[in-house]
Amino acid sequence: MRIGIDVGGTNTDAVLVSDVDTVLASVKTPTTADVTTGVAAAIAAVAGQARGGISAVMIGTTHFTNAVVEARRLTPTAAVRLGLPATAALPPFTDWPDRLREAVGGRWYLAHGGNEYDGTELSALRPEELKRIAAEIAAAGITSVALSSVFSPVTAEQELQAARILTEEVPGLRVSCSHSIGRIGLLERENATILNAALVDLAEHIVTAFGAAIAGCGIQAPLLLSQNDGTLMDVSHARSFPVLTFASGPTNSMRGAAYLSGLADCAVIDVGGTTADIGVLAAGFPREASTAADIGGVRTNFRMPDVLPIGIGGGSLVRGTEVGPDSVGYQLTERALVFGGDTLTATDLAVAAGRADIGDRSLVAHLEQSFVDATLERISLRLAESVDRMRISADPLPVVVVGGGSVLVPDALPGLPDLRRPAHHAVANALGAAIAEVGGEVDRVFQVPDGRRTAVLDEARSEAVARAEAAGAKPGTVRVVEVEEVPLAYLPGGATRIKVKAVGELRRA
Amino acid sequence: MRELDLPDLDDLARGAALLGSGGGGDPYIGTLLARAAITRHGPVRVVTVEELPPDALVVPVSMLGAPTVGVEKLPSGKEVHAALRALERVLGRAATHLVAIEIGGGNSMVPVAAAAETGLPLLDADAMGRAFPEAQMVLPTLSGISTTPMTVADDKGNTAVIDAVSNHWAERIARAICGEAGCSVYTADTVLTAAQARDTLVLGTLTLAQRAGAAIRLARAGHADPVRAVTDLLGGAVLAAGKVVDVSRATTGGFARGEAVVHGPDGTLVLSFQNEHLVARLADRVVATTPDLICVVDTETGEPVTTEALRYGFRVTVLGLPCDPRWTSPEGLALVGPPAFGYDCGYRPLPS
Repeated sequence: MRIGIDVGGTNTDAVLVSDVDTVLASVKTPTTADVTTGVAAAIAAVAGQARGGISAVMIGTTHFTNAVVEARRLTPTAAVRLGLPATAALPPFTDWPDRLREAVGGRWYLAHGGNEYDGTELSALRPEELKRIAAEIAAAGITSVALSSVFSPVTAEQELQAARILTEEVPGLRVSCSHSIGRIGLLERENATILNAALVDLAEHIVTAFGAAIAGCGIQAPLLLSQNDGTLMDVSHARSFPVLTFASGPTNSMRGAAYLSGLADCAVIDVGGTTADIGVLAAGFPREASTAADIGGVRTNFRMPDVLPIGIGGGSLVRGTEVGPDSVGYQLTERALVFGGDTLTATDLAVAAGRADIGDRSLVAHLEQSFVDATLERISLRLAESVDRMRISADPLPVVVVGGGSVLVPDALPGLPDLRRPAHHAVANALGAAIAEVGGEVDRVFQVPDGRRTAVLDEARSEAVARAEAAGAKPGTVRVVEVEEVPLAYLPGGATRIKVKAVGELRRA
Repeated sequence: MRELDLPDLDDLARGAALLGSGGGGDPYIGTLLARAAITRHGPVRVVTVEELPPDALVVPVSMLGAPTVGVEKLPSGKEVHAALRALERVLGRAATHLVAIEIGGGNSMVPVAAAAETGLPLLDADAMGRAFPEAQMVLPTLSGISTTPMTVADDKGNTAVIDAVSNHWAERIARAICGEAGCSVYTADTVLTAAQARDTLVLGTLTLAQRAGAAIRLARAGHADPVRAVTDLLGGAVLAAGKVVDVSRATTGGFARGEAVVHGPDGTLVLSFQNEHLVARLADRVVATTPDLICVVDTETGEPVTTEALRYGFRVTVLGLPCDPRWTSPEGLALVGPPAFGYDCGYRPLPS
């Protein structure tokens, strides 16, 4: 049995699942200011119903995203970039919001090093230069460094070598390397690496607190954290790569919803109080956003689930036949008509149409049936259009509807006849954490000479499988779930970006 | 003379992305470079061709290379300067004005950054009136103006001077140097006198791009139709509006070739693209071809959609905008018409 937990801004949800992934118990508790108390309460609530031992506790959390958005609890960080004489025109922290740059100190260094697109050396590392930088970093009392190097996604050797030099010079220095965090696109990858480096102290604190909460409940099982690609990382990995937890909430929610419906390929509509989040899963995983992801005003390029939010939720205001985007939010139970309030909301329409039994139905009896139907029809059309926008082919696509505002969605949407509402959908997030597997990924530029495509793809596949096993997947269970190849324009030698993702079952201790 | 300052850059980048006809790459890095240069050195002076002194020496500066490399191996910031100085040494005189080689994507921003750094005024014009992928695909080629002497500078401080027997050879040699230098270099070439600039460039395109970008922004802010705002400003025809239902890409002969299918109420439009959108067919009938501009914008926001970003589900409007009339001469079409990109159809003027 495993416990899955989702720590959100408002609620902390937990589920207990069996070894065959059936939901045995679930609970929703308020998120507490110290977080740990809420997590401990949620664990205790479901663990009490466990018959037998808990083999793992998986937690998805918004802590790290919130820390960046609020610019709080961040570790002063220095950015060191290998790339001189290139890249000097746009130094680290370019295009950062002032508040966040100040919160992490904004200190940066440019050094010689880096590679060309084909892996040859751009310029040689200069150990003396790095030692000088290390001395300045130490003198400034900086304890965390974000290290980036031109084309490190093609070859990581220079970043690794520079990291060794810096840590030899400054014992105890934490170094986040960009090749482990992002892909081609130096500024965006470097930005994500700086955010990671700025979160290492918080990661240490959170991981320790979660561990203590689990131990406090008398559970002796490994702790794993959700990553934004729907896979898990162990505690030591989480300490080093907190940034990979960003947006794990929507990913867990979509995966949990799909799992509850028994579907691996589907669209998911998660209707909350203010917005509906729409995403599409292929082979059980959400598609990744292809555009740069903005986090706290900083442009990053690491894997993020592609989610389309639209301004329709259970609390959306209804004016004429317009719905949303503003919402009464958490005040639904005071302001909506069915609760005796004075504000017409989308939920009131659903009750008036007989789709939901919430509050006092007589309080919306005066609404014209034709008006109610027409407005709900508009909601349906907008949802259907948004799903259509997210899908990647014209093939039939089942739709899974979850979330507190899902009463707004009728039994079928225009063009989308196969619509499902699974049980337990209120805790889809926590379930998504509980069913997650261990993954390995390769994402870099390969040279693909004529006639060698199959061999190069095989090489990338084996590497992804090996990485999944190294990350804790049980050998023999690892399968490749995604292969993407994008030929790069204007580059000789058949340069191709190849991305392979492999996942497997968590190896049990 | 007018000044181009920080608040103008986003409009210029958006308009340049539109006029880039899907190519020219993401102008993000170019915008950051221009912003950094203007922040350090102050606004850029933009002049019209009428303001050029008779003895002006106008030099187009641009980036040559792969977009993927452009976002990873950022410039040192000294490349354009080095290319310009190398060219001046060959010419024995100094450049008096800079100009864009193309008004599309990142290369619209490169001369803005260079003008701020060098203090040279920027001529409000470009050599294509759109974006094309190769150095010889410029209007001055049609007037017998040589691409060379051409100088190439890389991030390490290397420079090369090319003297070629034709503009096609200049492109081939520059491309080879670019590959050796890591697929991202800066060039100065196609040197123009004041008279040549007046006679061979497309005039006013910097301002036009900026106005197009502003029109899209203002229409959106005023809840008006941004697509209409573009056609009101630039003329041209709406070729189709609808949903992208298929996108396929493949690499052949070193060029990424692709097709996108837009399904709408007026039928099914098939777009053939390489780096730029090049041919549009409606129900198997050719309705627009290069050198006219085939531009794809998000129907709702008016934001230009590059060929790389196109994907299933996008609601887009496909616009055909007329190219500079000199491109539709027999010589112009031989250089940049559909056959020059490997398509077997002839040039088809836009529907009026």
